[in-house]
Amino acid sequence: MTNDQIPAQGQVPDPLETDQVPAAEVAPAEEEPRSNQVLREILGGSAMISVLAVVLALLVGAVLILLTNKDVQAASGYFFSRPGDTFKAIWDAVSGAYSSLFQGSIYNFRRPNFADGIRPFTETLKFATPLITAGLGVALAFRVGLFNIGGRGQMLVAAAAAGYVGFAWPLPYGIHLIVAVVVGIVAGAIWGGIVGVLKAYTGAHEVILTIMLNYVAFYLISFLLATPGALQAPGSSNPKTPAMLPTAVFPTLPGYNLHLGFVLAIIATAWVWYLINRSHLGFQFRAVGENPNAARVAGINVKATYIWAMVLSGGLVGLAGVSQVLGTVTTGFTAGIDAGIGFDAITVALLGRSKPIGVFFAGILFGALKAGGYSMQAANGVPIDIVLVVQSLIVLFIAAPPLVRAIFRLPLPDGVRRAVRITEKKAVVSK
Amino acid sequence: MVANDHIDLVVEPGEIHCLLGENGAGKSTLMNVLYGLYQADEGEILLDDKVQHFAGPGDAMNAGIGMVHQHFMLIPVFTVAENVMLGHEETTFGGRLDLASARDKVREISERFGFDLDPDALVEDLPVGVQQRVEIIKALSRDAKVLVFDEPTAVLTPQETDELMVIMKQLKQAGTSIVFITHKLREVREVADRITVIRLGKVIGEAEPTATNAELASLMVGRAVDLTVDKSEAKPGEPGLVVKDLSVIDARNQLVVNNVSFEVRRGEVLAIAGVQGNGQTELTEALIGLQHKVSGLITLDGRSLRGRSVRGILDSGVGFVPEDRKEDGLVAEFTISENLMLDRDSEPFVKWGTLQLKYLEEFAEEKVKEFDIRAQGITTHVGRLSGGNQQKVVLARELSRELRLFIAAQPTRGLDVGSIEFVHTRIIETRDSGVPVIVVSTELDEVVALADRIAVMYRGGIVGIVPGDTPRDVLGLMMAGEIPAGVVA
Repeated sequence: MTNDQIPAQGQVPDPLETDQVPAAEVAPAEEEPRSNQVLREILGGSAMISVLAVVLALLVGAVLILLTNKDVQAASGYFFSRPGDTFKAIWDAVSGAYSSLFQGSIYNFRRPNFADGIRPFTETLKFATPLITAGLGVALAFRVGLFNIGGRGQMLVAAAAAGYVGFAWPLPYGIHLIVAVVVGIVAGAIWGGIVGVLKAYTGAHEVILTIMLNYVAFYLISFLLATPGALQAPGSSNPKTPAMLPTAVFPTLPGYNLHLGFVLAIIATAWVWYLINRSHLGFQFRAVGENPNAARVAGINVKATYIWAMVLSGGLVGLAGVSQVLGTVTTGFTAGIDAGIGFDAITVALLGRSKPIGVFFAGILFGALKAGGYSMQAANGVPIDIVLVVQSLIVLFIAAPPLVRAIFRLPLPDGVRRAVRITEKKAVVSK
Repeated sequence: MVANDHIDLVVEPGEIHCLLGENGAGKSTLMNVLYGLYQADEGEILLDDKVQHFAGPGDAMNAGIGMVHQHFMLIPVFTVAENVMLGHEETTFGGRLDLASARDKVREISERFGFDLDPDALVEDLPVGVQQRVEIIKALSRDAKVLVFDEPTAVLTPQETDELMVIMKQLKQAGTSIVFITHKLREVREVADRITVIRLGKVIGEAEPTATNAELASLMVGRAVDLTVDKSEAKPGEPGLVVKDLSVIDARNQLVVNNVSFEVRRGEVLAIAGVQGNGQTELTEALIGLQHKVSGLITLDGRSLRGRSVRGILDSGVGFVPEDRKEDGLVAEFTISENLMLDRDSEPFVKWGTLQLKYLEEFAEEKVKEFDIRAQGITTHVGRLSGGNQQKVVLARELSRELRLFIAAQPTRGLDVGSIEFVHTRIIETRDSGVPVIVVSTELDEVVALADRIAVMYRGGIVGIVPGDTPRDVLGLMMAGEIPAGVVA
């Protein structure tokens, strides 16, 4: 061979150079599905962004609280004669609201003893239980690159199945509970699995499938709830089931409302951690989530991975439905049993960066907002919608990491930096 | 990192100025500064003695700098005229696109240079070489005084390359200045008026077009270059892989591999040569089980591979280096060790469905040493490695299994000289251990360096299978679909 040419074909440059190289040469990035890129940017950021997003949301929440506060409005009417009054009113309104939020969710100092004082925290954990398990389900799907928006449907189906076992099958103590839980999880897993199968074999998009299955589940359960002999309580004309049999109800912490579901949530967290970080199935999940092409070439069955991911995701979300009917609302349920948890779970998964431990704490935070929101409304007259606004703002800030970074002047994380640069360059080049 | 360090470059009107350098030398960065994609931290750009400030490519274009990108910036479903007007669309009354004037412009420029281009042809229907002309017309339609060609021959057949050379000379005669970025010495010597060699972001020197290849090459890499691969005579044994009447229909229902037959013996390298996009990719995908509409026979050591899953084919002893390592070979966000076990699903890597992290760690440490993967550690994310080290990770994974067949597609694309040597040596070692090897390459030099026999593909078919020492011009003709007289098909 002569050295007539240097056989270094210049198609894909060294990554060393990619930082300086235009999009034109970094071809692979542009072929990545847009949704995956968005996911990566949302999930790829540091935990810092999550924390700062919460802080920012609480700050904006404070502004809303003082804007709606009557004392602040009254005091600002004579702001120029006595500005001190306005500031005092602002302070009172915001600190009052947030301290009731705290006392309603963590520890109530107005109670004489610890057992009573800690009650709000057990309420927080009770609210957190379904958020954690459903959040884990959504997070698991995220890691495989799937958006599971079908939490509502999966919860409803699981709740109905577990609930039916709970009130209609008289079984011995202990066994009844286990059977009800398993049946509920399996129902959720099947509902999720349908999505996985359809996606794998028809290429249908999971977002559309899950949203549509939400409707199917909701109306199916509504129909069954209104059908005597199905889920409807005998002798009643309300679309509501009978109460659970005592043998199927989750045991509670004596004196509190906190039930076995929370223990299951802890176990689920540990299990999902193992699954994602230590198991071979989880390895395949992550590989498919990060780069389905490389996974396919490496012999990983991408279709089967999608199906398994949706089955497990649906099962975890289903567990949230189970703990609702067997733990939280044991007197019989309606089609509103999901209480929006299926959607909040998406928020929880995002806030937790789709990492099991992160999801666990994000779930507790949202549980606290829920528990504290009621007492904030009762004590200070702050509408509970403020809490919803705060929750939504958290998501908004997390979904827009550049916004948070700009506000706090954070540097770009490495991986994102390149992606962003590439997209910028793409935009320029394609002009 | 300083990609360009105090570079001075003067391009005279009507000259072809070659920018010569290895991959990663900083040529592209320099041109992107010139084209307004990057801003220089220091220094200035003067055009006709006027200092220019380019905030983006738009400014550069207005100032008279045009660029023909390596990967064409064309919209495939638009016509030639639409692509040419894209970015400075002119409209008539009521916002109607003035396609007529764009067509006229295309015709006018085509005639001037004898391009013979139909303004209403869809770009996706045009051959690559013609698409490149559309890019050139696009730049000229904006009155470019300086044209930058970024590795323009990478995607062309030898014949198309020759035609491009002619076009460049025509442009030069018409007074256009040309900056021609390349690392192919032959092309440089054919058209360049002046040569600037760049290495590691610095101008190493200027050279005359009369310089010898060896002089230019050593300037480029900074040491005397010996790119021949040390290999002994092949000792071909029994046929390992036998492919008979293989046809592949791709996802868009195109017949992309047409009735291909060949065999690879144990201990020989069969190189599959051809210009990018003539079915080589789909052929390797079919062998590895990634294509689904496949007819014909594929047998490895007598056992059929056709219709098996990728998993099954890998397990039957096939090692595969995909042509796009970033997209198909590696998970960038995974660590080196995770990538090393990407295609393993059994003991000792996995036991009871659980990853054996301890074993994986030992395995990865060993492979990092064995394959000289330069990284901070085995937990470094593969996306942060250089191309050469990334490819070593892929090789380490694929070569550390029991192999009965090894397929390497574009194994050295984008790699530096040192890594190329390493990869080539490994491929020959694999051959010498008695494994049948297929190397798919669009680089003629690589093909010639490695092959014991060469199969040339054109439009999905094999034009002919010739001995490894076939002259380049013959191979070039075959890559364009012609069978020169005297060559046994």
